[in-house]
Amino acid sequence: MTFLADVATLARKDLRLELRARDTLPAMLLFVVSTLVVFRFALPEGADDVAAHGLLWVALVFTALLGLARAWAPEREGGALEGLVLAPTDRSAIWLGKSAAVFIFLCALDAVALPAFALFFAPVSLSTVAGVLLANVGICAIGTLLAAMAAASRTRELILPLLFLPLAIPLVVGGVGAGVSAEPARFLAFLGLYDGVFAILCWASFEYVVSE
Amino acid sequence: MSTSSLNRSGFGSPVPLLAVLASGLVGIALALVFFVAPEDADQGLSQKIFYFHVPIALTAYACFGWGAFKALLLLWRKEERYDLESYVAVHQGTIFGALTLATGSIWAKASWGHWWLWSENQLVLFLVLFLFYSAYFMLRFSIEEGPRRANISAVYALFGIALVPVSFLAIRLAENVIHPTVFTREGPQMTGTMFFTFCVAWVAISALAYALYRLELLGKRLDSNLRELREALSS
Repeated sequence: MTFLADVATLARKDLRLELRARDTLPAMLLFVVSTLVVFRFALPEGADDVAAHGLLWVALVFTALLGLARAWAPEREGGALEGLVLAPTDRSAIWLGKSAAVFIFLCALDAVALPAFALFFAPVSLSTVAGVLLANVGICAIGTLLAAMAAASRTRELILPLLFLPLAIPLVVGGVGAGVSAEPARFLAFLGLYDGVFAILCWASFEYVVSE
Repeated sequence: MSTSSLNRSGFGSPVPLLAVLASGLVGIALALVFFVAPEDADQGLSQKIFYFHVPIALTAYACFGWGAFKALLLLWRKEERYDLESYVAVHQGTIFGALTLATGSIWAKASWGHWWLWSENQLVLFLVLFLFYSAYFMLRFSIEEGPRRANISAVYALFGIALVPVSFLAIRLAENVIHPTVFTREGPQMTGTMFFTFCVAWVAISALAYALYRLELLGKRLDSNLRELREALSS
């Protein structure tokens, strides 16, 4: 039970920081709306909704990257990560707390991005929403861990997209498929499988990323 | 310097023997491919690249798997030498992965007239893996040398081995929605001689990869030993 309490405390700390400083989330929201407007002009006249659905996922993944690049910034700037690592709790709690906070950011992002998409392009189906939520789990699990790796490197923000995009390809496949395919269940199941596999891997390996 | 580290520095190492063995096997495989194996009824001469393309691809998988195995050993046993072994295996895997892309592309051009086909699942998978492992090197070389770098590299290498089946599944799924299957590779069944040639080529490429792996490892270890000696002398 203390593990979950630690996770909740850590996630709450991130949310409170964001509420007070408003560093990341407003930037993400503005970015996703701007991107959708750019896509409106990037799509040739007469392009169909399927193409727009593909672009929605490009916008979501890149906006998530924007947020992920800042995920560990408070810890890094305050030099707090060493302290967290030394805290008497399982180190995976740090990952889970951060992932939970990122998940909430991503849901807030979708609460703006999906209505904006429906307004500008095409109506959003229930399976798209389910796909987005499942993909959020994968993005926050993988992304938080990769962002911690990137934070340890010299090139930080530069390297995160390189690490993240190859791993995000299956998420895009699942998400786009859930939105446009006639049988979305297979794609949603695939997203669930992806989330499961990588969440377990991240959970097990996070402690090696932050400790020496 | 202890005997074991002397051995690992290359004195009495099996690398020259391995190199001779590998080049001999590759020679035999080449002879078999061009003089013994019958020409494919359907694709003609261009089918011969199959004897290199598929073994190279399998070898690349083996290298990535070996790298992930060594990464697991590193995280488990915390012995420094596994870091270098894992890195060298991933490096060889990336080289063979790039070769897979090149040979696959040539084969696609010869058979179907296109340098790149998104309907070729294996090739697309190799492209994803190639991007993934290229980022491995970017990551590794932007972190300061030490246990932290070893750990992070190892975790990333382990992710690679999970990415292979997941990506393959994703590419299979994507094919149904986005790209209809245009070509399938259901050629005629292999004859006995063809299969034998394929097996020899596979063994030859694997031996070559292993020889290269040992050679690179030897070079990297000599390098680090030399650096240590230099530091010891200068201090």
